[in-house]
Amino acid sequence: MSLTDAAFEAEPVHAEVVHGKGPWQLAWERLRRDKAAVISMVVIVLVALLAILAPLFALITGHDPLTQYPSTALTPEGLPVGPGADFWLGADSLGRDLFVRLAYGARISLLVGLSATFLATLFGVIVGLLAGYYGGWVDGVLARVLDVVLSFPYLLVAIVLVAAVGASVSLTIFVIAFFSFAAMARVVRGQTIGYREREFTEAVRSLGASPLRIMVIDVLPNLVAPVTVLASLLIPTSIVFEATLSFLGLGVDPRTPSWGAILADSTDFYRVAPGLLVFPAVLLLLTTLAFNLLGDGIRDALDPKR
Amino acid sequence: MSLLDVSDVRKYFPIKSGIFFQREVGRVHAVDGVSLSVEAGETLGVVGESGCGKSTLARCMTGLHEVTSGNITFDGDVRRDVQMVFQDPYGSLNPRRRIGSIIADPLVIHREGTPSSRRDRVRDLMALVGLNPEHYNRFPAEFSGGQRQRVGIARALALNPRLVVCDEPVSALDVSIQAQVVNLLKDLQAELGLTYVFIAHDLSVVRYVSDRVAVMYLGKIVEIAPGEELYERPRHPYTAALLSAASVADPDRPRDRVILRGDVPSPISPPSGCRFHPRCPKAQERCTVEEPRLMGDGHKWACHFPLEPGERLQSREVGE
Amino acid sequence: MWRFLIRRIVFGIVVLWLVATTVFLLFFAGPADNVARRLAGPRAPIEVVEQIKDTLGLDRPLFTQYLGFLGDLLRGDLGTSFISQTPVSTLILQSLPGTLWLVFGAAVLWMIMGVGGGVLSATKPRSLRDRTLTVLVLAGISLPTFVLGILMIYLALSVFPGTGLQPGPYISPFVDVGAFLSTMVMPWVCLAVVQAAVYVRLTRGSMLDTMGEDYIRTARAKGVPERGVVYRHGLRAALTPVITQFGVDVGTLLGGVVVTESVFGLQGIGQLMIRSVRDGDLPVIIGAAILAAAFIVIANILVDVTYSFLDPRVRLA
Repeated sequence: MSLTDAAFEAEPVHAEVVHGKGPWQLAWERLRRDKAAVISMVVIVLVALLAILAPLFALITGHDPLTQYPSTALTPEGLPVGPGADFWLGADSLGRDLFVRLAYGARISLLVGLSATFLATLFGVIVGLLAGYYGGWVDGVLARVLDVVLSFPYLLVAIVLVAAVGASVSLTIFVIAFFSFAAMARVVRGQTIGYREREFTEAVRSLGASPLRIMVIDVLPNLVAPVTVLASLLIPTSIVFEATLSFLGLGVDPRTPSWGAILADSTDFYRVAPGLLVFPAVLLLLTTLAFNLLGDGIRDALDPKR
Repeated sequence: MSLLDVSDVRKYFPIKSGIFFQREVGRVHAVDGVSLSVEAGETLGVVGESGCGKSTLARCMTGLHEVTSGNITFDGDVRRDVQMVFQDPYGSLNPRRRIGSIIADPLVIHREGTPSSRRDRVRDLMALVGLNPEHYNRFPAEFSGGQRQRVGIARALALNPRLVVCDEPVSALDVSIQAQVVNLLKDLQAELGLTYVFIAHDLSVVRYVSDRVAVMYLGKIVEIAPGEELYERPRHPYTAALLSAASVADPDRPRDRVILRGDVPSPISPPSGCRFHPRCPKAQERCTVEEPRLMGDGHKWACHFPLEPGERLQSREVGE
Repeated sequence: MWRFLIRRIVFGIVVLWLVATTVFLLFFAGPADNVARRLAGPRAPIEVVEQIKDTLGLDRPLFTQYLGFLGDLLRGDLGTSFISQTPVSTLILQSLPGTLWLVFGAAVLWMIMGVGGGVLSATKPRSLRDRTLTVLVLAGISLPTFVLGILMIYLALSVFPGTGLQPGPYISPFVDVGAFLSTMVMPWVCLAVVQAAVYVRLTRGSMLDTMGEDYIRTARAKGVPERGVVYRHGLRAALTPVITQFGVDVGTLLGGVVVTESVFGLQGIGQLMIRSVRDGDLPVIIGAAILAAAFIVIANILVDVTYSFLDPRVRLA
């Protein structure tokens, strides 16, 4: 892109600036004009509603996510029934309600995705800020350790840990949070090193501001943009990872309705009941795509120059 | 006693290498034995090429850098009574914070006043530096370079400092804006009785604002004198070279420029003897071994073979 | 150069030692009975637990066991599978060809798709072509590997049964080329599609950065044809980060392409690991994990060395 392009693109932003809008407000306005991001937000809200209202759906259909209903859900030949008034998206091979299970599965996906990302962001920001601001040999060692941690694949570590301590939701969250933490800490550290030497931090440091105040009041607001972007991209990664682990039988308890486990159950039956494969696959894909698109949208909104 | 006394200050930056166990592989001699004093109410200009250590000296004066050796004594609280105006009007204001909070930072950090009294003070300061006080809720991106520098000045004045160190305050601005900001600084000095250390590489700006001027080369002061004296009768060949290189709007002045040969030597391993000798047209054997001391009274210079008053420096190649 | 290489290797050995120690502590720290029970699984009869305790010498002090563990590793002895009673190294050697074929086949595909897509995207930024590719990349990144895999199997078996493609265990191409291809094509495509998405992004970003450099403008200004600018000048410099990523990825995947192998039932290292976790076959898990770590460490060393050749700016101090 040439310089003139950049100048032309920057112009409308300057025109708005005169009205006294802050960077966040401007970013929000840009995001609202981004159709893909708006649709993504709608999709995410719908998935969140599906998760929140899961018990309500169980109540309406009268189907518990764990209970098998062989008399109504299976045909006389023992095959699961298709979508209908009773079973909205059909039943699975054991005679459970697919829709209710998918709704409860949304809870697991969002729980893992959001809590792992939250933990990773919290600790990643704290450690990254401290390491980047203070520097020194602790920082050098930490940077090297983060590099090494990030060079190992999630899945290998997850497999070893599952073998050692057994599969569980909390272990899944821990593994994802740990790797996301490493990514977050690395980004925050790099950014902090950059801001530490900027003149505006020198300005407050010469006044005798404490390191804590500089980190929180002067550096942190500048990290909101990269941290938000990274966090919004870590959520779909976490969701996919949880689904993958559950698909492999290493995630949540196999009876728990998780999208990955539901897909694993479907593999032997999708020839007779393709809905078992298609519905959860589409739901998973829509959710991760929405989060990824929203993440891209947030990045563009916060950094319109790119 | 002077307001600020700098005596034999040195600031070396270690150059480190290695990942786990960093070892020092060299040192940048940014400021290497500088002594000067600043009297209350005056403006001391400091000029020199980029990399001569003038910004480092400024940061030592404001307490941003710990000095490696030597002493800086200030008649007051350095954190409070010495403030700094920075070079880069874009880098020195936090882009994510509002102008009002940036200007109020000194008050907040020094626990001065209540939130509402601070707001009043911020508005007063903004009016003082020529900004619209109603704009205190805006972000730095909404201001021009010159306006931002006014914000930086307002921030520096918030605590009624006794000394303001201006580190190239106008060099990042358009020429048309420079005069406005320089005049603002002069007006404020007259109004508030401020003392300035004014750092710049632009000789004409320094001449305009300064009572006395110090010339730095490779971490050392080579000449220091009252402004007019230094500009009219430079004694150090480096000062003379700088002056002749600057475009001076004076048709009577002879226009033969002395072109300095070569690059500024590395401050990691500065030359022996007089640091200017590899580039000096007047250098002799003695200059390579013996370091000249800053001598004189009022007008001081550090040179074994200073220019006599009226003598014009001549480049070796350009010679008559 | 040699100092750099030696330092890199020493660092790699330290990492491997830390991995081995961590794995050892994960599995063997704690009272002997608990460890034996954990190794045997919750449903194993008490005799089996006792037998494991005896054969592994879990009664010995932890440090003695640790030394023994490291000694065995150094000798290349990875122990014996609880389930099949065959040496772990034999099991790994049996599984390695499937993984090797999968990784190298897919690598060719994803480099073609990824670098090709990235160049197409970067040479006309913001065009319809670029936007389309960007959306495809986003879809590829959002699509979990296992979902893509089972969708492919569904399509191959139910919708287009005539293709002859089918999931199944690895068959050596030297035994039956047809069967080899019919089982490998889907895993190749599956793995390659997921990887290619990342490579399109990487190549595009790197190309755009490079094409903005002064020397590219110089090349254009002196009249080098656009094709030459893109391929001779731009792509060559832009490929450095791509090659770095490629080396790291291949090393990582050689330690087991867990998801793809599991979905397609291709019997490689990854599936061996998953099966061992389900069966509680600890020696196999430990052996495979350390092997995977070794691949990763070696790949990282090779990448660093290659990088220093490719980019003369990196000084090997």
